[in-house]
Amino acid sequence: MYKTKEKIYEWIFMATAFSSLIFLLGIIIVLFNEGLPIFKDVGVFQFIFGSSWYPTHIPPEYGIFPVIIGSFVVTLGAMFIAVPLGMGSALYIYEMASEKQRNILKPVVELLGGIPSIIFGFFGMVIIAPFLQSVLKIPTGLCAFTGMVVLGIMAIPVVCSIAEDALSFVPRSYREASYALGGNRWQTLIRVVIPAAGSGISTAIILGVSRVIGETMTVLMVTGGAAMIPKSIFDPVRPMTSTIAAEMGEAAMGSPHYHSLFAIGLILFLITLVFNVIAEVISRKYRIKLGLDV
Amino acid sequence: MDNNLNETVRVKADNINFFYGSKKALNGINMDINANKVTALIGPSGCGKSTFLRLINRMNDLIGSSRIEGKLLLDGKNIFDKDVDVVELRRRVGMVFQKPNPFPKSIYENMAYGLEIKGIKDKKFIDEKVFDSLKKAALWDEIKDRLNDSALRLSGGQQQRLCIARCLVVEPEVILFDEPCASLDPISTRKIEELIIELKQFYTIIIVTHNMQQAARVSDYTAFMYLGDLIEFGHTEKLFTVPKDKRTEEYLTGKFG
Ligand SMILES: Nc1ncnc2c1ncn2[C@@H]1O[C@H](COP(=O)(O)OP(=O)(O)OP(=O)(O)O)[C@@H](O)[C@H]1O
Ligand SMILES: [Mg+2]
Repeated sequence: MYKTKEKIYEWIFMATAFSSLIFLLGIIIVLFNEGLPIFKDVGVFQFIFGSSWYPTHIPPEYGIFPVIIGSFVVTLGAMFIAVPLGMGSALYIYEMASEKQRNILKPVVELLGGIPSIIFGFFGMVIIAPFLQSVLKIPTGLCAFTGMVVLGIMAIPVVCSIAEDALSFVPRSYREASYALGGNRWQTLIRVVIPAAGSGISTAIILGVSRVIGETMTVLMVTGGAAMIPKSIFDPVRPMTSTIAAEMGEAAMGSPHYHSLFAIGLILFLITLVFNVIAEVISRKYRIKLGLDV
Repeated sequence: MDNNLNETVRVKADNINFFYGSKKALNGINMDINANKVTALIGPSGCGKSTFLRLINRMNDLIGSSRIEGKLLLDGKNIFDKDVDVVELRRRVGMVFQKPNPFPKSIYENMAYGLEIKGIKDKKFIDEKVFDSLKKAALWDEIKDRLNDSALRLSGGQQQRLCIARCLVVEPEVILFDEPCASLDPISTRKIEELIIELKQFYTIIIVTHNMQQAARVSDYTAFMYLGDLIEFGHTEKLFTVPKDKRTEEYLTGKFG
């Protein structure tokens, strides 16, 4: 009796544990199933590197290079904001702030992380875009740069909280060893603590990138939506996510346009996958080199 | 207490009280620690041995709410004076911890750390000091072919000797050991004890230990502490054979602690 009960519990927990795997497989199957048919009409190379995206013209053109570049530019720019600010906040909060400051700053960062992305979109539209437009005298403030700023701010809490965890995992004994050898606070931080937290810090950056590259609503609102290769960061762009979101409603189910949007999703998925794998490999190599994983 | 006129006092504790917040951890400690000798601190858990030891290189600075009264003189100079540079002090007073704590870096990088943070760039000079200290710590022969391996891949005993060697690189005058063998096997322990005896010709050594045989084997002087008080302090041989205080005797014979 007891045995069967135990078996049942085991099955239940196993089912929950494997559910993620099943969902993942389901997503992959859908992406491939709905995305691959476009390659009957357009070659893979032509699809990825083609420079015009006119899915509704006659004849249609399905080159997604502009939207890939859009995603790439916005993500890179956002990381230039999120990494220094997120890392800096983590270092300050964890290593330098007084108890009192920490008790204020930590919840503030968490709160920033809890704000729904659409609200960041408002912020970009109402404050940053008009500001840029009037200062730079450009036709519209809704451009790649606005996207970078808004997404960069959104990613700060992700980077900060994970980097903070990474710092907290560095044993106190490393710090003590450094101080006992005559190291000051900076030397201890820069030469001992940060390298020891390195792989956790790289995770923080990767998760920040994932947050940014997959973000849809905000980019749709603030980047202007032109599927063209931008000449400067003040040109409007249309990253991969917003292309899908904006066009899915108008693409007839089963049409090449419909399949091409799935193919964009598939490529986005593959990009993030490759990125995560590379980052994981680098981080593991690094930990092995330090002797943290043997 | 023994008075020994022909010894040089290197570290002198002058009526030290120490508080963690409102909790008093040391009560009026007076102690003269002689140069080129090994002084052992013994006593039951929580009596303040580590607390006292960590005052000598001011590791207590890192504890927010602590407070100290009295003087701790290193070569006659109070280390708590405002004009004392802590970094300089910690170079003069090295420390080896209970758990070996090499950095997650290569053996060589661990060794060079103390010099690099001092701003020394001369590669040849660093090499020389690193190799020299590894030899002094009797570790050279075991690891000379793997200086670029991670220090975390050494055995526990080797790691601890690396930590000793790492602290020798900066040429301290005093070395503090806080239960350096607590996590080691008997053979590694033996090696470290031999090393400590070897090193005392160059350094002043203070060692906290729970192992009475170890105190007897390595130390010239022993201090017995109990509940934040220094109960008895003198030549190790005398203290172990004819303890003056009843509590010392009880502790040595294993009646408590
Ligand atoms: N950071 C701290 N904050 C508050 N109290 C502390 C702190 N460190 C030590 N104490 C207290 O001070 C007293 C002395 O501690 P200490 O670590 O010096 O003892 P010890 O003799 O080294 O003991 P052990 O043999 O177990 O290492 C203990 O009562 C301990 O609880
Ligand atoms: Mg202790």
